[in-house]
Amino acid sequence: MTSTQTSPEAEPTAGDERQRQTRRVGFTQTLGRWDVKVSPYLYISPFFILFLVTGLFPLLYTAYVSVFKWDLLLGKGDFVGFENFSTVLQAPVFWKAVRNTVSIFLLSSVPQVILALVIAALLDANLRARTFWRMGVLVPYVVAPVAVGVIFSRMFADQSGIINQVLQNIGLNPIGWHSEVLPSHLAIATMVNFRWTGYNALIFLAAMQAIPRDLYEAALIDGANRFRQFFSVTIPMLRPTIIFVIITSTIGGLQIFDEPRMFDQYGRGGADQQYLTLTNYVYQLGWTNRNFGRAAAVAWLLFVLILVIGIVNYLITRRISSDKSAVSKKRKKVRA
Amino acid sequence: MSAPSVASIEQFAGKGAARAAQRKRNRAGLNAGSQRRPRWVTYVLLAAVLVISFYPLYYSFLLASSTADDIARHPIPSLIPGGHLMENFHRVLDADIGFWKAVSNSVLVAVITSVSVVLFSTLAGFAFAKLRFRGRGPLLVFVIATTAVPTQLGVVPLFLVMKQLGWIGQLQAVIVPGLVTAFGVFWMTQYLEAALPYELIEAARVDGASMFRTFWSIALPAARPAATMLALFTFVASWTNFFWPFIVLGSSNPTLPVALQLLQATFFKDMSLIMAGVVLSVIPLLLLFVVAGRQLVAGIMQGAIKG
Repeated sequence: MTSTQTSPEAEPTAGDERQRQTRRVGFTQTLGRWDVKVSPYLYISPFFILFLVTGLFPLLYTAYVSVFKWDLLLGKGDFVGFENFSTVLQAPVFWKAVRNTVSIFLLSSVPQVILALVIAALLDANLRARTFWRMGVLVPYVVAPVAVGVIFSRMFADQSGIINQVLQNIGLNPIGWHSEVLPSHLAIATMVNFRWTGYNALIFLAAMQAIPRDLYEAALIDGANRFRQFFSVTIPMLRPTIIFVIITSTIGGLQIFDEPRMFDQYGRGGADQQYLTLTNYVYQLGWTNRNFGRAAAVAWLLFVLILVIGIVNYLITRRISSDKSAVSKKRKKVRA
Repeated sequence: MSAPSVASIEQFAGKGAARAAQRKRNRAGLNAGSQRRPRWVTYVLLAAVLVISFYPLYYSFLLASSTADDIARHPIPSLIPGGHLMENFHRVLDADIGFWKAVSNSVLVAVITSVSVVLFSTLAGFAFAKLRFRGRGPLLVFVIATTAVPTQLGVVPLFLVMKQLGWIGQLQAVIVPGLVTAFGVFWMTQYLEAALPYELIEAARVDGASMFRTFWSIALPAARPAATMLALFTFVASWTNFFWPFIVLGSSNPTLPVALQLLQATFFKDMSLIMAGVVLSVIPLLLLFVVAGRQLVAGIMQGAIKG
């Protein structure tokens, strides 16, 4: 609201002072209008400027870098077209990195969502010392992934690590957590799950508490036991939240870098690249081999992978949930 | 569905309405399903979850308080810590990786980014939530969309930009890209939409306050609860951030995670030393958690904190 004080009293008396005042009011008014018009843009501009410079531009410029020979120190070289892409796509290491990234992602996201749902269901009771339990499951979140990496790489040590020792104590064979492919993926996925399961459990808990209790009462009257209630009421009602968690964990999980980087002291993803992820590969190409062109190509390919898996994710979650839930039936009716 | 869920109320009518609905529902006893205390099984299972959440941390503390010799001899450390914690701390601080510098760098980066994210996000959130201007809707959608963009993939050009600016190895290379986040803008917009009544803004405007004055004396105080949470999450994210600082800072001017990586790469045979470094880097955030963990929990539960 601009000031509307251009008062009629100012007009009749034609004194010098009065005139000056009128002019000043007019000026303030223009300033005020200008303030109203420009301020919003001014206030949102820091985000947009920063995002354009440090987010969008680098992402697009990656495409430009990827079609050149480009050295970290020497800078831009010859235009090579899609050569960086074709070289990378023919490199076995690249495909290993794709395999590792997807495998670690699956091993961390699927069990994590299931575990988080279970923990949330446990927390969604009328507990004594409620805040204590809620805070307890969140503790791992404040531990940096790098620290988690150091701790777990020691716990999962092939020789004289605590986990192998426990396995041996109960009569099992020790596992090559670092040297073998799938075990190393499991170990790295464990680090991710350690840090994020409690966090996601709290997100689910919040959503669970928003489910109207009369739905449970109705289910109870229909003779559903607690497990049936969980699968037929809770899970369908949590659908949007589950999709949200899965999508954010897809975007983050496929860019995983810290944990595999810290899984040993060399950070090259293992002797046989058995736990080299795509982001590790980008780093290795760009900053170890100084080949920015190829690093940019891999970054773009990873971008495409994230997009594809994101869409697949979305389609699957939509399919699954459109089966039985009362909510989606209602939606269908509305659409029809 | 007889009554709309609180979540959907929140979606359509804002946080304030959602909270009111929740209160009403609590009073009506609709949440009564959980009124009965759960049985001991629930507590046992939750205790198991907590043990798993704590043990790795305790494990690092146990290793940090013993000697390399003990660690080699006992793969399963005894639950009672050894007496070498202080000695190992001193060794970390004396090691040639600039640990103190890493601590002060981490504090500096985390404090500056937290303050700036809160300030700029509240400013933008105020504009999006309460001011009318052309293009508001599409611009807000754009902000929300950018939370899903994997900007980490732009590291190559971002590094080139920093090189052009001569910022390689300088803290501003880490600080500047984090000065304001899409998530922060979205978070504050949502909060202010519900928490700041138009009447208050209009009253200030009628009193002749400029736009910025209105923001500073009306919107900013009203935003305080959400701003505190945003500051906490930004602080944690900054403190634990590794990928970009690792690339752009290098070993001469590290933040804590970068220093930990250096420690591991240099002294990989000396586990008690490395774990002492881990413990030192975790302690500050654990202290923060003791003080403000309640608010972190509330923040996560209040909304889509991740994006």
